[in-house]
Amino acid sequence: MELQITWFVLWGVLWAVYFMLDGFVLGTGILHNILAGTDGEKRVLINTIGPVWDGNEVWLITAGGATFAAFPTTYALMFSYLYTALLLLLLALIVRGVSFEFRGKVEGEGWKRAWDVAIQVSSFLPALLFGVAFGNIFMGLPMDAAGYHGSLLSLLNPYGLLTGVLFVLLFTVHGALYLAVKTVGDLSARAKALADKAWPALLVVAVAFLAYTRFATRLFDNYLSAPLLFVVPLLAVAALLATRVLSARGATLAAFAASCVTVLMVVATGVTGLFPNLIPSSLDPNFSLTIYNSSSSPYTLKLMTIVAFIFVPIVIAYKIWVYRIFRAPVTEAEVLGDKNAY
Amino acid sequence: MDVLFMSRLQFAVTSMFHFIFVPLTLGLSILTAFMETRYVLSGDETWLKMAKFWGKLFLINFALGVVTGITLEFQFGMNWAEYSKYVGDIFGAPLAIEATVAFFMESVFIGVWIFGWNKVSKTFHAVSIWLVAIATNLSALWILLANGWMQHPVGYVLRNGRAEMVDFLAMVTNPYGLLKFGHQIVSGYTVAAFFVMGISAWHLLRKNQPDFFTRSFKLAAVFGLVSAILVGVIGDFHAVEVAKTQPTKFAAMESVWETRKGVGLNLILLPDEKRECNAIERLCIPNMVSLLAFHEPSAEIKGLKDFPRELRPPVMLTYLSFRAMVGLGTLFILLSLVGVFLSRTGRLQNFPLFLKVLVYAIPLPYIANQLGWVVAEVGRQPWIVYGVLKTSDAVSRSITTAQVVGSLAGFTLLYGFLGVVDIYLLIKYARKGPDDDLSGIIKPVSARRV
Repeated sequence: MELQITWFVLWGVLWAVYFMLDGFVLGTGILHNILAGTDGEKRVLINTIGPVWDGNEVWLITAGGATFAAFPTTYALMFSYLYTALLLLLLALIVRGVSFEFRGKVEGEGWKRAWDVAIQVSSFLPALLFGVAFGNIFMGLPMDAAGYHGSLLSLLNPYGLLTGVLFVLLFTVHGALYLAVKTVGDLSARAKALADKAWPALLVVAVAFLAYTRFATRLFDNYLSAPLLFVVPLLAVAALLATRVLSARGATLAAFAASCVTVLMVVATGVTGLFPNLIPSSLDPNFSLTIYNSSSSPYTLKLMTIVAFIFVPIVIAYKIWVYRIFRAPVTEAEVLGDKNAY
Repeated sequence: MDVLFMSRLQFAVTSMFHFIFVPLTLGLSILTAFMETRYVLSGDETWLKMAKFWGKLFLINFALGVVTGITLEFQFGMNWAEYSKYVGDIFGAPLAIEATVAFFMESVFIGVWIFGWNKVSKTFHAVSIWLVAIATNLSALWILLANGWMQHPVGYVLRNGRAEMVDFLAMVTNPYGLLKFGHQIVSGYTVAAFFVMGISAWHLLRKNQPDFFTRSFKLAAVFGLVSAILVGVIGDFHAVEVAKTQPTKFAAMESVWETRKGVGLNLILLPDEKRECNAIERLCIPNMVSLLAFHEPSAEIKGLKDFPRELRPPVMLTYLSFRAMVGLGTLFILLSLVGVFLSRTGRLQNFPLFLKVLVYAIPLPYIANQLGWVVAEVGRQPWIVYGVLKTSDAVSRSITTAQVVGSLAGFTLLYGFLGVVDIYLLIKYARKGPDDDLSGIIKPVSARRV
C-alpha cells in the first residue's frame, strides 16, 4: 500500500507545481492586454514568460502522464467523463501556445490585436475550467455502476463555478505579482497596483470557498479525523495574507513567493481532503475511484517511483538554473532591440 | 457514424496533423545544432546566419508540434478509456517517462535557445540546441516504444482483467519498437534534408545569397542521402519484424492472398478485396516478397485467406500506402544522390530544372511519413493492441456521438486554421532569406552574463 500513497502524494505535487508555474503564465495572459498601454509594453509582458511558459506547461503533461501510469482507471474515467470540459481546455491551451509564437511574426495592427484577444481568452478559459473541474472533483462526480450521469452543464454548478472564480482570481493576483517582479518602472507599479486591487476579491472568494466546501464536499472529514492536518489550509490562508502584507511593504519578490506558497497550499488543501479518493462518487462511495481500486500494479508503481525519484530532481535542478539565467526583469529597450524575442 | 467511427477519425485527424510538424523537428533540430556548432568552432559568421535562419523556421514549425501533442496524450483517456484502463499499467509508463525525461528537457532548453542569445555563453547556447535535438529524438524513442508495444505486445501478463507489466526491460528492448524508432527518426531527417534543400533551391534559382544557400544545400544533401539510405535499410529490417510478428499486416502490405513458398513481387499489382485475390498482377520478380519478408527466397508467406475476414486489415489502403511509401523512399535516395554530386562539384546552379524539382519535392517526404503511419496503424486493424485488444472494444463508453462530432469539428476547424497560418509564416520567413544583421547576438564578451 506504501507505493499508492507515494503516488498519491506525487500526483498532488505535480498538480500543485503545475498550477504554481502555469498559474502565473495564465495570469499574465489574462492581464497583458489590460495592464499594457502600448505594443512595446505588451511585448514586454509576453516576453517575461517567453523563456518559461513551455516548460511550465510540461508539468500538466507530466501530471496527465503520471495519472495514466500510476492510476490508469482514474485517468481513463476522469478524462472521458469530463470530455467536453477537457476539449475546451485543450483547444484553449493550443491557441495560447501558438499565440505567443505567432503574435510578433507579422507586422500589423489587426494581426497583433487578434492574437492579443486570443491570448486573453485562451488564458482565462483554462483558469476557469481547471477550477470548475477540480471543484467538481472535490464534490465528487455523479458516477455509479452504470457510468457517468453528468454533462458539461452539470459541472457548472454553484460550487464548481465558485472554484472556477477562485482559480481565476488566484492566478490573476499570482500573475500580476510575477509581472511586478519581472518588469520595471511604471509597468511594474501598475502590475503591483492591480495585484493589490484584486487581492480583497480573492480573499472574499477564498473565504466563501472554504465555507462552501464545508457544505458541498466531504473534504473536511479527513481534517476532522486528524486535526493536525488543519496546518495545510491554515498555511494557505497565512500565505494569502502574507502576500498582501509583503506587497504593501513593497517587497514584491517576497509577495510573489508568498503567492506561490498560496497556490501550492490551496491545491494541497483539496488533495489532502480527497485522500484516499482521487475522484469520489457523489452517488455512492462504493463507486469512488481511490488510490487502491484504480492504481497500477506494484511492479509499475515501483518502476515509476524509481523514474520519478531520479529524474524529477534533475528536472527541478536545471529548471531553477534556467530561471536564474532569466532572472533579470524584462525591459522595453531590451525587447525592442531583440529580434529573437516574442 | 457512431462513437467508434468518429473517435477513430478524430484520432487520425489529430495525430496526422501533429505529425506534419514532428518529422521536421526531429531533423532540423540536429541540422541547426550542427550549424551553430560549426560557428562556435570556427567563428565563421555564415554558420551563425545559417543557424539563425533555419532555426527560425524550426521554431515556427516547432510551436504547432508542441501544442498539438497535448491532445494526443489526453485523447487516450478521453476517447479510448477502455483501452486506457486495460493497458494503462504498461502503456502509461513510457508516456510518463517521455514527459519526465524528454519533454522537460526539450521545453526548457528551447527557451534558453530562443531567448538566451545574450544571456549565456556561445558554447552553452550551442549546447542548448543540442539538448533540444537530443530531447526531441528521445521523446520519439519513448513514444515509439509505446507504439511498438501496441504493435507487438511484450513484457506483460493478462491479470486482474487487464494487461499488467511484468518486464520493463522487454518493453524497452522490443525489437519492433526499436526498429520503428530507427526507421522514424531517419525518415524525419529526410524531411528536414528535403526542406532545407528545397528552400535553398528556391533561393538559388533566384540567385539570392548563393554562398549561404549552396552551403546549406551541401550540408542537407549529405544529411539527406545518408538518412534516405538508412530509411531503406532499417525499413527492410523493420519489414522482417512485421512479417514475423504481424502476418496479417505483412500480407496486406504485399497483398498476398494465398499461403505459398517463394512468393514473387509483382511490380504492377491491384488487389481485389471482394474476390479475395489480385485483379492485376504484372512484371513479377520471382521470390522477392519471400526474400524481403524473411531474407530467404523460399520462405513461406502466410496469405490473407488463412485468416478470418474479420481479423484482416483493409488491404487496399495498406497495400497502396506501402507501395507509395517505398516508391517515394527510393526517389529520395536518387534525388539526394544527384544533389550531393552536383553540390560537391559546384555545378548546382547549372541545373535549374533539378533545383525546381527539389522545390516541388519538399512535400514528398512529409507524405511518405504519413503513408508509413497509415501502413502501421491501418495495417494493425482490427486490433488496437495486436492480438490482445480490438479497436472496437477500446473506445470510451461514457461519451456520446454528439460529443465526438463536436470535438472532431472543433479540432478540424482550429487545426485547419492554425495549419494555414503556420504554413503562411513558414513560407514568408523562408522567402525572406537570412538576416544579415547579427547585432543583438554578437556582442562584446563583457556584455554577457553567466
